[in-house]
Amino acid sequence: MLKRDAVARQALDAIAAIVGSRWVRQAPAELETFASDGLPTRHTRPGAVILPGSRDELIRTVRVLAHQGIPFVARGAGTGLSGGAVGDGGEVVLALTRLNRILAIDPANRRATVEPGVVNVRLSEATRPHGLHYAPDPSSQTACTIGGNVAENAGGPHCLKYGVTSSHVLELEVVLPDGKSLVLGSAGGEAWGPDLVGVFVGSEGTFGIATRITVRLVPLPRAVRTLLADFASIRQASEAVSGVIASGLVPAALEMMDRNCVRVVEDSIYAAGYPTDAAAVLIVELDGVAEAAVAAEAAEVERLVRAHGARGVRAAADERERARLWQGRKKAFGALGRLSPNLLVQDAVVPRTALPDILDRVGAIAAEFGVTVSNVFHAGDGNLHPNISFDARDPQEVTRVERASAAIMQACVAAGGTITGEHGVGSDKVHYMPLVFDPDTLAAMRAVRRAFDPAELANPGKVVPVHACREWTGLSGRRRETVRDGERRREIERVEA
Amino acid sequence: MAGTGLTIVRRVRSMLGPDAVVDTDASGMPRVAPRAEEGVALVLQAAAAEGWRVRIEGRGSWVPADAPADLALTTRALARVTRLDAADLVATVEAGVAWGDLQRALADQGVWVAADPPGEGRSVGSVVATGTAGPLRSGFGAVREHVLGATLVTGEGRIVRAGGRVVKNVAGYDLTKLATGSFGSFGVVTSVNLRLRAVPRADLTLLGEGERDALLDAARAMLEAGITPASLEVLSPLAAGRDSWTLAVRCVGSAPAVEADAQAAGGASQIPLAPLEAVEAGRFWRRALAGATASPVTLRMGALATAMDDALDLVLHHLDEHWIMAGVGAGGLRWSGDAPADRIRLLRHAAAPREMPLTLERAPWALRAQVGYFGAYREGVGQLVGALKDAFDPAGVLVVPIADER
Repeated sequence: MLKRDAVARQALDAIAAIVGSRWVRQAPAELETFASDGLPTRHTRPGAVILPGSRDELIRTVRVLAHQGIPFVARGAGTGLSGGAVGDGGEVVLALTRLNRILAIDPANRRATVEPGVVNVRLSEATRPHGLHYAPDPSSQTACTIGGNVAENAGGPHCLKYGVTSSHVLELEVVLPDGKSLVLGSAGGEAWGPDLVGVFVGSEGTFGIATRITVRLVPLPRAVRTLLADFASIRQASEAVSGVIASGLVPAALEMMDRNCVRVVEDSIYAAGYPTDAAAVLIVELDGVAEAAVAAEAAEVERLVRAHGARGVRAAADERERARLWQGRKKAFGALGRLSPNLLVQDAVVPRTALPDILDRVGAIAAEFGVTVSNVFHAGDGNLHPNISFDARDPQEVTRVERASAAIMQACVAAGGTITGEHGVGSDKVHYMPLVFDPDTLAAMRAVRRAFDPAELANPGKVVPVHACREWTGLSGRRRETVRDGERRREIERVEA
Repeated sequence: MAGTGLTIVRRVRSMLGPDAVVDTDASGMPRVAPRAEEGVALVLQAAAAEGWRVRIEGRGSWVPADAPADLALTTRALARVTRLDAADLVATVEAGVAWGDLQRALADQGVWVAADPPGEGRSVGSVVATGTAGPLRSGFGAVREHVLGATLVTGEGRIVRAGGRVVKNVAGYDLTKLATGSFGSFGVVTSVNLRLRAVPRADLTLLGEGERDALLDAARAMLEAGITPASLEVLSPLAAGRDSWTLAVRCVGSAPAVEADAQAAGGASQIPLAPLEAVEAGRFWRRALAGATASPVTLRMGALATAMDDALDLVLHHLDEHWIMAGVGAGGLRWSGDAPADRIRLLRHAAAPREMPLTLERAPWALRAQVGYFGAYREGVGQLVGALKDAFDPAGVLVVPIADER
């Protein structure tokens, strides 16, 4: 139920007149579909779900919500892994999946303009005939939307060479939470002043909603080599990663999977032919404009990984084998579902040279808390995904999972890294933010949020923990230290202790 | 004036020590060089409380010394490479380090920041705060792509530590983007974490000469053929130091990849491209970039590859073809020469409806104050920028003319 019933009913009637009553969902069974995203530990039914059918309907809907002061959560495909597309309960969810048109493809300038609900992989399919693709490729790319990618600043394996979402977004038409529509950035990439596109990307739906997104496209590589290297120890595999990066070669992707992950994939329908006795495997992809050049680079990578102890190195013989190697990697999260009813897909980053030690530490944490961790991740970026298998029906196990997660975050931050590389803070990691940022920095984030959304209607409660900031009091310059976050903060402190 | 030079000097010395005030100009305005970010914060807190107006300086090569202020705050004493992790490809660098010195120190470790901003003797902070990219923007992106983290001391004197030291990071809002390219609107950049890359093993520059439009076509043909050179520039005769317009293509990477790119570039361009010897190539780019600051005014203008002819026509119509580098692969051009405010306003006015933002990068102070670094904003954006400025510099301490005075 929406928080303020009478106002809300009036607002929903007005919105129904805009989008059509069939696109306003309020039945419990329908709301249930929108009560979770990819984060298994959060489940909260929204007050209502609106599915606008056009940019114009979306903007008018936001204006009604703004006028009535009703908080809302924008949502793409709901594949996010940090609880960012789920409200606290009672918010209006604006599901953008009907805004799914590719508005323009401009091959000469390597640009495309899309609506936020366009599925990531569809854009690459549509631009393929022009020899171009949209490079950021999250593992969920067959389902996730570009709008969601913009909100989360999504990554993916090939971001090692091509950069994350933020590097590819040039211009955004946005509707601010007060209903104003404006354009940030320009299609050429030059800003009209401060870099507001840069700060909007990754703001997790708290600055407003992107209604039109102009992205950079990247030429499809003409030549690709994909190698699979297997190692007898995780440490050797991570040292090989550092060796490749230090060589100056820039692979298109450099991914690692540990033994748990390899075995689960090989037992599933996604079996890719990974050696099941390996402690870890690396997938290294090289690409470029010419076969000979890519072959030469691949030969060098093979030499490097062997020098770091690779037992075997196999090159995909053809496109089919390459696709199979990648399918095992990209569907690993799905395959891990076989281990247990629930899977917490964690996300953290460390400096690349810290990989060997941090993977040892993750293993030790798993043992300490009695949880099963499988690692499948973007090793070239130092972007870990320690995935914890568990059964959400067992409250004691859930507690152990949460404590193990907190310990892993703590270890990654201590190693000079951070708490999320591509999944976002959402609701899942709000309480970890004080591990990374001091009160003044958190307060600056909050101040930026208020510049975009003074009433804090857009995705309230996400990204920045309210009680850990120093309050910025504006003109007077006084500062007030407020009480630190309660229960969840204490959870971290228990682990820290 | 909110305080006389002498009272400000006394106050600053009492806070930061006797040597923090490095000099005073003819009007008695002190130049303050804090040795730590906490010192920057103290000065700005005092400025906010006392109503002093503060001009931000790096190494004194970019912002004119006649900018009206009660105090010049320079980052020149913040001049240490705090931490260099070549194996992790990241360096923490204080804002006052000279860009050239940094690149030399990095080269000793086999790494570099893949950016080549114009401007001799400039500080790292100046490059980041003004977002000045060079021709390498085509292959390696704008300045923001190299900044993993930044420490920003706000106009109120709060120390904000944005971003981090890792290449992927979505923890919280990306405040490094607000520090990069905003000309100090929100605060003083005191330190940055820069993304490094291994020095490429091969680095080849090819040149072609001809009519301007034919060179633009050749450059576009390369992009359409799926090649993305590290630099892809069409230079005016003065910028190239040659008799005619010149197309310059730079490919970097592994030796076989560079060879393949060069071959593909030559094949696509349909004009003869001649490779330069390494020493000659270095000299060519240095000479070209030196021209960007040889005249009083430098500006940049965004333009898509297919709109570059139009953008150049506009520049030639409203200004001249004095010194121009058109980054066909980078989405914009840079012009340098001399021009009064009205001409720049007319150009900006003509460029805006064509979706070509014009940023004034450097100019005599009077011109900066008149036309502003960014000029007018698109509808709605000015309000947003104003709200951000109110949050970061509520007392209006920082003297940063971003908008057109009209």
